[in-house]
Amino acid sequence: MKLKSRQLELEVLRYDPEKDSEPHFQSYSVSCPEDWAILDALNYVKENLDTTLSYRWSCHMMVCGSCGMMVNGEPSLTCKTFIRDLPDKVRIEPLQNFPIERDLVVVLDDVMEKLQLAQPWIIREDDPPPADEEYTQSRAALYKFKQYTMCINCMCCYAACPQYGLDPKFIGPAALALAHRYNLDSRDQGKSQRLDILADHDGVWDCSFVGACSEVCPKSVDPAAAIQQMKVDGAIEWWKQKLPGGKP
Amino acid sequence: MTIARKSVVWGLFAAGGTISAFLFPVVIALFLLVALGYVPRGLEFDSLHAFASHWVGKSALFLVIFLSLWHAAHRLRVVFHDFGVRRDKAVANAVYLVAALGTFMTAFYLYRI
Amino acid sequence: MSRQPYVRPLPKTSWYLANARYRRYMLREVTCLLVGVYCALLIWALAALSSGSPERWAAFLAAQQNTAMIVFHAAALVYYLVYMTFDWFKLAPKAMPVQLGENKLPGHFIIIGHYLAWVIVTLFVLWLAGVLT
Repeated sequence: MKLKSRQLELEVLRYDPEKDSEPHFQSYSVSCPEDWAILDALNYVKENLDTTLSYRWSCHMMVCGSCGMMVNGEPSLTCKTFIRDLPDKVRIEPLQNFPIERDLVVVLDDVMEKLQLAQPWIIREDDPPPADEEYTQSRAALYKFKQYTMCINCMCCYAACPQYGLDPKFIGPAALALAHRYNLDSRDQGKSQRLDILADHDGVWDCSFVGACSEVCPKSVDPAAAIQQMKVDGAIEWWKQKLPGGKP
Repeated sequence: MTIARKSVVWGLFAAGGTISAFLFPVVIALFLLVALGYVPRGLEFDSLHAFASHWVGKSALFLVIFLSLWHAAHRLRVVFHDFGVRRDKAVANAVYLVAALGTFMTAFYLYRI
Repeated sequence: MSRQPYVRPLPKTSWYLANARYRRYMLREVTCLLVGVYCALLIWALAALSSGSPERWAAFLAAQQNTAMIVFHAAALVYYLVYMTFDWFKLAPKAMPVQLGENKLPGHFIIIGHYLAWVIVTLFVLWLAGVLT
C-alpha cells in the first residue's frame, strides 16, 4: 500500500555568516508522503537537494529538544509537526528571539547560562539521610512537580515569549519552570535561596502572563503556571523575610 | 540579592485584579442602569450616604478603589512597556503617582462622609 | 570559520500584531484603561456624595444620563466581561494548583468556582443597590 504524497513548497531562511550580510529565503519543492513530519522534509532537502542546509535534530521522537524551529510563524518541534496539519506552503525559520548562527541553527548560550541561575539541584539545609538510607518520596509528592520535569530544553517557550524578545535580560520560561520543579520537590529545602535570585529584577516580575510559552510547549510543561506560582511564592517570601525571625 | 520590592507591587496588582474582575462588571452595569434613567433604591442619596458612613461600607469602598487603582496603574505601566515605550522608571513614577493621588482623594472623600 | 551571529530584533511597537495570541493578550491588557476610568467615575461619585448635599448627588446622577454614557457603559460592560473578567477566571487555575492525593484538580473546577463566586458577588451587590427586591 503506497501512501499518498503532497507537493510541499518549503521556504527556508538561509544565512551563511561567511558570505551573507543578512538572511534570505530559499525555496525547495518536496514531494512528501502524508505521514511525514516537517523534519523528514528537511532531511530530504539536505540529502537530495541541498547538502549545505544546516539545522539541529537528533532523536526524531520529541525527547531531545534539538529540532525547535519556527514553522509558519509558530515555534515548534519539527519532528512533532506533521505534514497533514500543514498547508502546501511552509515557511521554516530559526527560533525567534535568538541570534542566528547559521541557517536554522541559533545561538543558545544565553538560555544555557540562565538554566544555571535556577540552581537546578536539590538544596538541603538539614543533613542528608545516612548512606544506607534513601530520601523517601511518596507518589503524591512526586506528582506535585512531575510535569515540570518534562522540559526537554527545546526553547520553543523563549521563542514564543514576547517579554524575552523585548528584553533578553529576562530569565525566561524554561529556567523559571526548572526552578519551580525544584521548589516543589519535597526533598528540596532551597526555595528561599532560589527566590532570592528569581524574584529579583529580570526574574519572575518581567513576566506579564502572555501565556504563549505554555501554549507552544511540546511537552505540556506549562511554564506560565510555574511562573505565576513563583510570583505568589515570591510575594509570600517577601513578607516572611520582613517578619521577625526572617532574614536581615 | 534580595527579593525585589516588585513582589509587593505584584501582590497589590493581583489583589486589585481579582477584586476588579469580580466587582467591576456589576459596577459598570449599575452605571449603565443610572445612565438609562433608572436609579435603584440603594443608589439614592440617603441609602448610599448611610452605606458610606458605616465603617464597613467605608472600608469596602476604600479597599475596592485603592486596589483597583493600583492594579490599573501597574498594568498600564506594563502596557507602555509592551507598546515599546522604554522609559520604565519615568512611566512607573507617573502611573503610581496618579494611583496615589486617586487613593488620597478616595480616602479624603470617604473621611468627609 | 568565523562566526557572525545575526540578531533579528522584535519590532518593539508592533510585535503584538504578529499573531492572534499576541493580539488577544494586548486586548486583555488594555482593559486596565477601563479599570482606571471606572475608578475615576467612582471617585467622582464619592466627591459628589461626600459634599453632603443631595442636590450635588442628583446633579452627578443627571450627568450620567445621556446617550454617550449609555453607549460607553454598554460597550465597556461587554468588552470588560470578555477581555478582563472571563480571561482572569481562565488564568486563575494556573496560579492556584490544587493537589488531591496523586492527582491535580482539573482547572475547569476552579474556573467554575470563580464563575459561581462571581454570580453570588454580583447578586449581592445588586441586592445592596436595591435592584433586587
